[in-house]
Amino acid sequence: MNLNFLYNFGRYLVLLRTALSRPEKFSMYWKETMRQMNDIGVGSLVIVCLISVFIGAVTAVQFAYQLQDSFVPSYYIGYIVRDSTIIELAPTITCLVLAGKVGSNIAAESGGMRQKEHIDAMEIMGVNTAAYLIMPKLIAALFVIPLLVCTAAVVSIGGGYLSSVPTGWITDAEYIRGVRSFFEPYYVFMMFVKAIVFAFILTTVPAYQGYYVRGGSIELGQASTQAVVYSDILILLADYLIAILLTV
Amino acid sequence: MIRIESIRKSFDEVEVLKGVSASFEQGKTNLIIGKSGAGKTVMLKILVGLLRPTAGDIWYDQTNFGQLDKRQLRELRMDVGMLFQGSALFDSMTVEENVRFPLDMFTNKTAKEKLDRVNYCLERVNLEGVNRKYPSETSGGMQKRIGIARSIVLEPKYLFCDEPNSGLDPTTALLIDELIVDITRENNITTVINTHDMNSVMEIGDNIILLHLGELTWTGNKDEVLESDNQVLQDFIFASPFLQRLRRAALSSSGE
Repeated sequence: MNLNFLYNFGRYLVLLRTALSRPEKFSMYWKETMRQMNDIGVGSLVIVCLISVFIGAVTAVQFAYQLQDSFVPSYYIGYIVRDSTIIELAPTITCLVLAGKVGSNIAAESGGMRQKEHIDAMEIMGVNTAAYLIMPKLIAALFVIPLLVCTAAVVSIGGGYLSSVPTGWITDAEYIRGVRSFFEPYYVFMMFVKAIVFAFILTTVPAYQGYYVRGGSIELGQASTQAVVYSDILILLADYLIAILLTV
Repeated sequence: MIRIESIRKSFDEVEVLKGVSASFEQGKTNLIIGKSGAGKTVMLKILVGLLRPTAGDIWYDQTNFGQLDKRQLRELRMDVGMLFQGSALFDSMTVEENVRFPLDMFTNKTAKEKLDRVNYCLERVNLEGVNRKYPSETSGGMQKRIGIARSIVLEPKYLFCDEPNSGLDPTTALLIDELIVDITRENNITTVINTHDMNSVMEIGDNIILLHLGELTWTGNKDEVLESDNQVLQDFIFASPFLQRLRRAALSSSGE
């Protein structure tokens, strides 16, 4: 088991090193990066917004319920929604969802190309397949996922507003006051650090799973599932480590 | 010319190739034949560098393939074209984009020059007006021809074909064979074909090597197949009673 882990970890590092070598033709990689940015970014925007609006809404309603008979001022709802969203919910939940959507897609795409001999065909042409198939996805994800996380945070705060103001939990002025109170720019920095680290994980782990897939459709399905499971576990682990490193 | 010397390949404890030495000549169609499991595909993958041999050397003209570093290997691969059994066309690209892919990746030609070259290669394989189609919109025979067009677009010195006729009807299979022979002769390239198709052996086998249980069992050409006494060869080529009768008839009519 340990040997198997070490073997896979070593092979993952070697693949990353190969994937980050100099491109054969910059324009081809640029084109592929733009395509990936569109697929990952625009393709995930709706689901990210949908999830974020509910995260904000539920957070606001839960805290409003908790605070209703307390001495804590009700405008704190806006403050709590903002900070919990920026620090934790937007980056983590968004990236867990993206690990499912984007990660499984990357694993299936790379694995399908391996099984249909597309990767072999490119290798024989002289293409560095690890670089061509992984680097554009990684660069695209590192740019686009922080933007998606940022969007998720904004939409989530909007969701909190929608669930607490029109329903009468608090007033419009109270919510906005809460959102504008005690703001720490450092939390936004934490959010972006998390987004970048999670983007790296949810791109490279599925790419590794797909790139080395063997067998047929069952193995491809397993690789896709493993890609999501491992990415999710690593994202949660990284979340904990970043929390310790950036707050202690 | 490609030369292999004492190639061995093992997977765990199983030795798939047992010291095979052979030459594949320039300007000729060189066939690797043998039953399923004989080691043909492993041999082809070793020849193109997708697998590393456990022992032995591969020479592309004067270049020892196994001694090349990554950069040299990539340079050599510009001279290599390969047609895969399943064609290996990129599904999400059109036919034109598929054939143009090596040009886009490795050349600095203008868009017009690339288009001209793509159109020439497609015309050469008798495919015109399919530029905008996707591989899924074409037949199996057309996909093979698109695969050939892509493999010759960079004007390779070495062409490898893995089971070029598999899944094709006999007429289309013959057309593909003829195409490969014509391209080989026109461009004076070294072509290596991995096949177990009887028609291919008898029609285009300029230089044939027979693998049996990982060993080189017979070498010759299409004209020598009929008269060879090699039992493995005869069992492979003339497997059915009908073909055996045909062989006997052919031999008796030629005076034996």
